[in-house]
Amino acid sequence: MQYTRTVEALKEGTVIDHLPAGQGMKILRLFKLAETGERVTVGLNLSSRHMGAKDIIKVENIALTEEQANELALFAPRATVNVIENFEVVKKHQLELPETIEGIFDCPNSNCISHGEPVKSFFYVKPTATDTKMKCKYCEKVFSKDIVAEVK
Amino acid sequence: MANPLYRKHIISIPDFSREELELVVDTAGRLKHSPRNDLLKDKLIGSCFFEPSTRTRLSFETAVQRLGGNVIGFADGGNTSAKKGETLADSIKIIGSYTDAVVMRHPKEGAARLASQFSAVPVINGGDGSNQHPTQTLLDLFTIKETQGTLENLTVAFVGDLKYGRTVHSLTQALSQFNCRFYFVSPEALAMPDYICEELDEKGVQYTLVSSLDDVIPQVDILYMTRVQRERFDEAEFKKIQGKYVLRADMLANARTNLRVLHPLPRVDEIATDVDSTPHAYYFEQAKNGVYARQALLALVLNETV
Ligand SMILES: [Zn+2]
Repeated sequence: MQYTRTVEALKEGTVIDHLPAGQGMKILRLFKLAETGERVTVGLNLSSRHMGAKDIIKVENIALTEEQANELALFAPRATVNVIENFEVVKKHQLELPETIEGIFDCPNSNCISHGEPVKSFFYVKPTATDTKMKCKYCEKVFSKDIVAEVK
Repeated sequence: MANPLYRKHIISIPDFSREELELVVDTAGRLKHSPRNDLLKDKLIGSCFFEPSTRTRLSFETAVQRLGGNVIGFADGGNTSAKKGETLADSIKIIGSYTDAVVMRHPKEGAARLASQFSAVPVINGGDGSNQHPTQTLLDLFTIKETQGTLENLTVAFVGDLKYGRTVHSLTQALSQFNCRFYFVSPEALAMPDYICEELDEKGVQYTLVSSLDDVIPQVDILYMTRVQRERFDEAEFKKIQGKYVLRADMLANARTNLRVLHPLPRVDEIATDVDSTPHAYYFEQAKNGVYARQALLALVLNETV
């Protein structure tokens, strides 16, 4: 109930909820949500019955695609992504780890050809028992997802 | 029906199926025994060395000319448009429009993969930074098949710098398609990287990490030597491992008769020259085989049937 008081309800757009506290700003940055020009409301360290503390992001007038929602799964597999039209939830995305990720992260290998050429970065995603690995399509180097996400 | 490599880019060993690897190896064998000077007739090959590598370039250019093709290109990309800020994407679009295929070497990892996305003609990777050098692997496979009669169920020891040695990484990836087992012989600081070991684990490939060269020699069919670079160690550390990964003729006393010693060359002192005259030495023939392996690739990429 708390966030209805701290973050106002959304007419059109997307609500990304149940982000682990501390992830909100990272996701805002990685998905370049602030650069959309749309109104973005961010709640940090809100109290949550299930998570203790959580972050939440509301973006007006932008419906996150299935693909974008899945990219979120890398950082916050238990996040909920709800697309809102006219104050109603019209789509609840089920987050699934994507098989590939294009254009979000730079390759951490500074000698990778993907830098400075007219291509988007491209990674193959592979979950392992303890981590999620990402393999760059170009330099073929394999990184832990946290290393890829720290770039920039 | 066209062969499966016809008009394909040759970028990275993990892209190859077992059948494709065998096709290249068998074609190289045929071209070695029955030379063909017509397979690249009227074909013009771009030889684009954005980073110099005399050895690889000469091997490729020999292969092209032996097959009756012509070569244009450059040996030192440092003097070309890349220096003026042209992207590789633009360079390759243009070179690809002049030629029937492009052989390229580049100092950055992933360069060949990127080039293949912008080239109208097949791109053949002659080395991209520390990443891949598929023609080295193909010539290694051809040489192993030639000396052992098979690629299957062999025991192969890799010796020396297994951490930075891309030839070693690619060759283990390729041989793991043929039910081979491996010994990795290296100082701890130059051990096979985890990601390669994990890949092998996933495929159920058997391998053993060992630190002594003497112990493995009687067990193996192929002894694949690489150079341990002094620059990778400080002086004290280097003293400790110095000489431990050097092969001398007397160490081969208990070797299997079919054992062959391979090395991607250039060697420095990791294979003593007294090994050269033993029946086990095969590294010079291996270098020569590079021309046949490259002929095979070029022929397959540019002809529906060979
Ligand atoms: Zn990369």
